[in-house]
This record gives sequence, C-alpha cells and structure tokens, in this order.
Amino acid sequence: MKSHVIVFPGSNCDRDVAVAIENISGSAPEMVWHKNTSIAESDLIVVPGGFSYGDYLRCGAIASTSPVINEVIKKAKAGVPVIGICNGFQILIETSLLDGALIRNNSLSFICKDIYIKPENTSSIFTKNNVVAKMPIAHNEGNYFASKDTIKKIKDHDQIAFRYCDANGVVSEESNPNGSLDNIAGILNDKKNVLGLMPHPERAVELNLGSDDGKHIFEGVLK
Amino acid sequence: MNWIHKTEQSSVESHGLKHDEFDSIVKGLGREPNLTELGIFSAMWNEHCSYKSSKFWLKKLPTTGARVVQGPGENAGVIDIDDGDVAVFKMESHNHPSYIEPYQGAATGVGGILRDIFTMGARPVANLNALRFGEPSHPKTKHLLAGVVEGIGGYGNCIGIPTVGGEVNFHPSYNGNILVNAMTVGIAKKDKIFYSAAAGIGNPVVYVGSKTGRDGIHGASMASAEFDDDTENKKPTVQVGDPFTEKLLLEACLELMKEQAIIAIQDMGAAGLTSSSIEMASKGNVGLEIDLTKVPMRASNMTAYELMLSESQERMLMVLEPGKEDMARTIFKKWDLEFEVIGKVTDTKNLVLNMHGKEEACIPINILVEDAPEYQRDYTVREPTKEYQIDEGVLKSETIIDDLVKMISHPNLCSRRWIWEQYDHMVMADTLVRPGSDAAVVRVHGTNKAIAISTDCSPTYCKHNSFEGGKHAVVETWRNLVASGALPIAITDCMNFGNPEKPEIMGEFVECIRGMTEACSALDYPVVSGNVSLYNETNGEGIYPTPAIGGVGLIKDISKTKTIAFKQKDTLVYTIGETNGHLGNSQFLSIILDKELGSTPIIDLNNELKNGKFVLELISQNLALSVHDIGEGGLLVAAAEMSLSSGIGIFINCERKNHAYLFGEDQGRYIIEIDKKNEALLNKLSNDHSVVLECIGHTIDENIEIKDIGKISIMDLKTNHENWFQNFTK
Repeated sequence: MKSHVIVFPGSNCDRDVAVAIENISGSAPEMVWHKNTSIAESDLIVVPGGFSYGDYLRCGAIASTSPVINEVIKKAKAGVPVIGICNGFQILIETSLLDGALIRNNSLSFICKDIYIKPENTSSIFTKNNVVAKMPIAHNEGNYFASKDTIKKIKDHDQIAFRYCDANGVVSEESNPNGSLDNIAGILNDKKNVLGLMPHPERAVELNLGSDDGKHIFEGVLK
Repeated sequence: MNWIHKTEQSSVESHGLKHDEFDSIVKGLGREPNLTELGIFSAMWNEHCSYKSSKFWLKKLPTTGARVVQGPGENAGVIDIDDGDVAVFKMESHNHPSYIEPYQGAATGVGGILRDIFTMGARPVANLNALRFGEPSHPKTKHLLAGVVEGIGGYGNCIGIPTVGGEVNFHPSYNGNILVNAMTVGIAKKDKIFYSAAAGIGNPVVYVGSKTGRDGIHGASMASAEFDDDTENKKPTVQVGDPFTEKLLLEACLELMKEQAIIAIQDMGAAGLTSSSIEMASKGNVGLEIDLTKVPMRASNMTAYELMLSESQERMLMVLEPGKEDMARTIFKKWDLEFEVIGKVTDTKNLVLNMHGKEEACIPINILVEDAPEYQRDYTVREPTKEYQIDEGVLKSETIIDDLVKMISHPNLCSRRWIWEQYDHMVMADTLVRPGSDAAVVRVHGTNKAIAISTDCSPTYCKHNSFEGGKHAVVETWRNLVASGALPIAITDCMNFGNPEKPEIMGEFVECIRGMTEACSALDYPVVSGNVSLYNETNGEGIYPTPAIGGVGLIKDISKTKTIAFKQKDTLVYTIGETNGHLGNSQFLSIILDKELGSTPIIDLNNELKNGKFVLELISQNLALSVHDIGEGGLLVAAAEMSLSSGIGIFINCERKNHAYLFGEDQGRYIIEIDKKNEALLNKLSNDHSVVLECIGHTIDENIEIKDIGKISIMDLKTNHENWFQNFTK
C-alpha cells in the first residue's frame, strides 16, 4: 500500500489526511512537495484541503499550474486513484480532471459544520460502501455549479459521487448547506478513479471527533 | 541631522509624548532627538508598549505555580502539561484597529497573537476570542459584528488553526469602542522553548518574513489614544493581514527551530522593527547595530523613520548562531520568504541604525527601556452598587416559561452558532469539544490527553463591583474548565479599560486587579501572560471595565472529558452549591425588566474551590454524565442549555419554583446529570465533602417542564435560541 499526499504552500489539511490514511491503512503516506515533478508508483494520491497559494486569483487556480500538478494529471489519466478534498476538489476542477465549477456558498459566508452525504454512484472504489455518512464541511466556495450540458453529461455517465442529505438519507433543499446544484457534494471523472468532494472525510475517522463515517471513502482504496 | 527642538510642539504632541516625557528623552540622550529617534521613543513609550499606567499594578498579580514554566514578560506564558509537553498561550487586544476597520483589525489581531505563540517554538493548536459590541440597535453594530467575525475567520481558516471558542456580548458602553481580544494556545516541548534575549557579540541579526511597507505606521500610538469623531481618518494606521504568508512563516520558523540555529527570536508586532529590536537587545543586555538599507522593502524610497515604525505584518527578527545563515536561508527560501542579515549584536548597549552609510539613530537601550515612564496614577474606588429590592409583586410564576424564552433568545444569551460556523473549528482534527459547551477541548496531537480552554468576563459585574467582577472573570473560566473535566492550571488576561488618567477608571482597574489577585491566589491559578488596552473611550465615554480572562486546564485522560449536553433520558439532575436567589445585576433584571440594577453577586472562594474539587472528584469516579456551570441567566437557563445541546428534556420539580431561585445568579454552582443507580453514592460523597447538593429533577423526552408551572418543547425553544444572529445580520 503506497499513498501520496501533495503539499502546496498554504495546504492545511495535509497532516490530517496523512494521519487518517496511516490509521486506516497502517502505513504513512509520502508527502510530496509542490515543486516536485514526479511521483513514485502510487495506490492513492490525495490533493488535500487548505488555501493553496493563499487561494489568490481564484481557489485552486494557481495550484492547477504548479510543477507537481502535471504529474498528478498524468497519474490520474493512467488510472491511479486520486482524491481531492475541499481545496483539493477546487484544484482538480481547475485542472479539468473534473467537470463543473465551485462558486461562493449561497450564504456568502464560510461554513463549518457537520453534514450528511449519501453515495449516488456505488460502482466506484470510493463509494461502494453505500451508506449515509456524517462528516464536516469547512469552506467558502463549495457551491457546485455546472452548465446544463455538463450536468447532463455527468449524470449520463454516473459521475455524481455524493449528494448532501439529512441523517436519514433524504436529499432536500434543507439538507443542502451551500446551494450546490442538485445537492452535489462530490463528483467523479468518467473513468471513476478521480474523486473530488467538498466534505472532509479525514476529519471523521474516529468517534472522538464526532464521526468515523469518513473511513468508508478511504477504505475502498486502502484495504 | 535635523534635531527636534522642544519648541516644535506639534511634532512632540503629534507623537503622543508629554512634555515632561520629552524632557527626559533629552536628559537621557544628552541632546535633542532627531525625528527617527523621536518616533522610536514615541513607539516605545506609548501606553500600548510601555504599560506605563498599569505596570505598577500588574506586578501584584500571582504569576508563579508548580506548573508555570514561563510567566509574564515573554511573548507568551508557558505551562507544564506533563510528559515533557508545555502549553504556550496569551490573549491580546486589537480593539482600536477593529473599530476603525473591522475585517483587517480583527484579522491582524489573530495574526499577531499567533506569531506570539510560534515565536516561542510552539505549534498553535487553538484560537479563541472575546468580543464586545455596542447595543444591537446602534447603527454601527451590525457592520462591526459581521466584519470582525469574517476577519477572525478569514485569518484563522486560511492559516489552518481551529477557532474553537470564545464569548461575545452586547452593551451600550461599547457603542463607540468595541473590544476584540484574540487568544491562541500552542503546544511545544519543554526543552525546545525559544526566547527573545539577544546574545553573542557579533552574531548576525536576521530579518525574515514579508517585506516592510508603509502600512500601520503609528498603529501602537493610535491604540494608545482615545477616539473622537475623526476616527475615520485613522484607517491608514490599521495593518493589512496576509494569513497565507503567516502560514509559510509558521512552517519555516518551526522547521528552522528543529535545528540548533536560533539564539533568540522575536516577532514584529506593535511598533514593528522598533519594539522587536529593542526588546531583544534589552533582554540580552547587549546592543544592536542595524543597516536599514538591508531591510526588505515593499515600497521605494522608504525612510529610516518609516522602516522603524511600520507595522507591516508577518515579520520576525532573529539572532542566529554564526555560520548557520546559509542553512537558515535555504529553509526560508524554500517557503518563498524574505531572509536578510540586517545587522549584528554589539557590546555597546546602544541601538544604532545606519542607512546608506549614514547614522540615523543612536540610542542607549537602557534609556528606552529602564527610563520609560511609569506612573502611579491617582485612583478613586467607587462604592459597589447596592442591593436592589425587587418588588416581588411584579414577578408572577406563570410568566416563568415566557421569561425563559425571552432570555434564551436575547443577544447576550442566545446561541452563537452563526459566529462559530464561520470559523473552521475542526481543522487539525483534534477538536474534541466544539464551541457551545463550557470550555473547548483540544487533544494534544498524538496523545491521550487534552487541554481545555475558556474565555470569560462579565463587564456589568465589573462595573457595579470591580473587585467582585475581577474575581468573577477568573473564577468563571476556572469553573468552565472544571465542568469540562479539566484541572485548571493558569490564565492569561486582557485588561480592557477606559482612560487611566481619570481616577475613577483607574480605580476600576485597581479593583479588578485586586479581585483577580485574590481569586488567582485562592485557586492556585496564576497569570502567565497578558495584555493591557487602555483609552477605550470615544468622545469621553469609557467602556465598562472588561478584564477578559482566558483559562487553560489539562485533561489527563480524554475519556474523562465532559460536555454540557444531557446524555440520556431518565437520569437524575442535581445542582451543586447553594441557591439563595441573588437577582441583583442579573441577566433576568437586564433582559426581562430592562434594569441594570442591584449588587454584583459575591464569590466565596473557599466554597468555590470546595465545589469545584467535588465536581472533579465526581468526574474522576465516572459519576457525572454531563456537567454545566451555572452562570449568567441562572439555573433555569443553564438547564435549558443542557437540553438544547442534546435534545433531551428535563422535568424540574425542585422545592422553590420562583424567579429568584430559577434565574438568580448565585456563584459557585454547577448542574450535573447522574445515573439513578449512583444517587446514594453521590449523596454520601457530598456529605464527605460538605457540599450543598439538591436534586432538581430528572431528564425526560423532548420538553422542558417545570412542575405546576408549565412547559415548552425543546424544538420551540431552539428556534428562538438559534435565530437571533441569523435574523440580525440578514
């Protein structure tokens, strides 16, 4: 089991995800600095949350042109599992590995709280544990948006990974924390090996923190 | 050089210096200062940096204890939390800038206190804050509240340190002068703490971090003066924060601290390069020679005066071991930060500044520090407000439920969820108790222990009895830590007051310190760091005395952590401590009767200690399921909060069901929830400890019900409790 976590200047969930991966898989991931141009053979690459390059210009925009990102794209296209969490999701969208856009929350403010998500597609390695999961969100720009054509495409290809719901799995406007189109919390690429999601599964891997539902997302890859 | 003559009154006055202070500068130097030197004196001798009005009284606070590793005087206080670990913490004010420009004022307040913590070698693990705003109906309140909360979140969220707790209240005395106090706690190893005393003649003085610009010049002087109607013009004195750069600075500093390279380190906070260089030289009893031409500059043609007084953020000054410059430079360059050797340590005991080969200033350090003015200002102590006899006739028991609803939805008692949901309070994945309980609890990373942290102060208590109010602020944090299952260890204080030149204000300060001293001594709960903010006045109107306290405690085993949420139905609910029904100066009078009347409740510190120890004993024996201290709003509000945070109801069938009993603010009390099977044991233990215990009811389904009085569903109460901030800020 070999995994990698990318570290950009301004990443701040890199340690959290490394700890989570080590707890679940038994082996610590290798941390990859943004100036590296190659990544060794990998079973999982994580693009963590934070404020890469200060999120200046636009969230994820500068990171999507960083030295390491070409290697992430290459590995993703070769089928290596890649997860982008929060800012990592924003970065993967900026690289066009994933479709759509993440715009400002409809509340126009940062939101940090527990939410529930349910898998929409159960065929991917990230979503095959088909259970409603509780975990936190913490973002200012997590409002998923896409054109009608794009939405049709990702639906036709079964690319919606997670939707926001309530504790019972009911998807409704009340359970949508940020205005995301169709309550979309996470999406996949068409090959289903790249996942981007706004919620933080790495903050929900032990009951002391309020939930261990986040493990499900990693377990498919790490075990 | 252009010397400043005493006759140039405008120059001396615009630097906030009094004429006798100017005379002592001339006497110390043996000549008149030039403009750069005058600026340096002004920056060092203002109230904010010199503590000239408060120093005499601050020395009276207890600052030592078995777990104190470093008391006041360094960048932050340090306490021992076992296993070679220490907690490093401090609270600091950013009141004036936040009133002028709420977002940046609050953001740079967070940035500044974070630097104080990682300067000492600690990784920051928790941010908290204590906020006071004017009355909600004041035209500025909404804008200030929204800006401050966004600024605190903007900085903390980006740098990735969780904001885990705090307090906020509203009172007309802050209409023209809000308070923004920020606290940070960090964790370090006891044998890897860094200090600021420069040492080693000839050693390199190194500047790291951001470039220096013209922002924030005279920030510390601005913070040492009162406000008037011209406040808008002071905007350029507010600094602009860049949390991204601070994140890089944090990581670079901690990386370099792993090596044996740093002899001394000091962040550039208030009064920037001036105070950091003088502080380092003074503590080390050495001189410093700095070539200002080498300072990384953001703007062109900056003068010595501007470079010394700029408060550009995210900068540090260090003295390195000779020969370690290249290794250190590599680390800072990796993080894309400035790194420049700008001077050296000398044996002259002078601060010498050169620029373009010309000497711009030469000041003996001892004149700046030891000769700094210190005042024993006149003070008068106001008689505490007397007890107020409430007309019992106006209090009808049938209004109790309605009164509860009104109180719990009032801005001073309602849910703060709207605030804390804008703060990332879970990043770093060690937040065990989130905002909304008595104290925040953060695990020490990779261990089974945690620290509990709480900030508190009741300004109305302090206004009407400064001595008891000072005691109360300390005790309230202590109680919050106890209720969370922590052993309280030490506090930081942030003393916010009006103009100390007014004897009545100075009297409030003196009395609060006296009360704090008594409480700290009785509870073995010393002060290890702090900050004083005076001149919190606008157009002559002072704020209420506000000694905000931040307390830190240790939970040795995280499985013993307690929260306020009821845990299950059909358990028993007890109060610990005696309830007499003290309604004076209470939230009930203020919210329901719209009266700020009556006496501040008195705290019996022996009783406080006894009851707190009893609670800790119950927790250690796994008897308490949930614990909440009874604070502002009294017993019924505290019980309702336990229901609101759990969804589990309570049936109250205590003997006295009147307003005084249910809403009185007697001190030294807690509510605990216990399993029925442990009732006998609880009663035995309370006898052994001579603690007053009373069963007030039991937990039930979804209602809060008072026998023979009435009930309300938790859902209904919650709607009222949760909505105020949301609606106010729409």
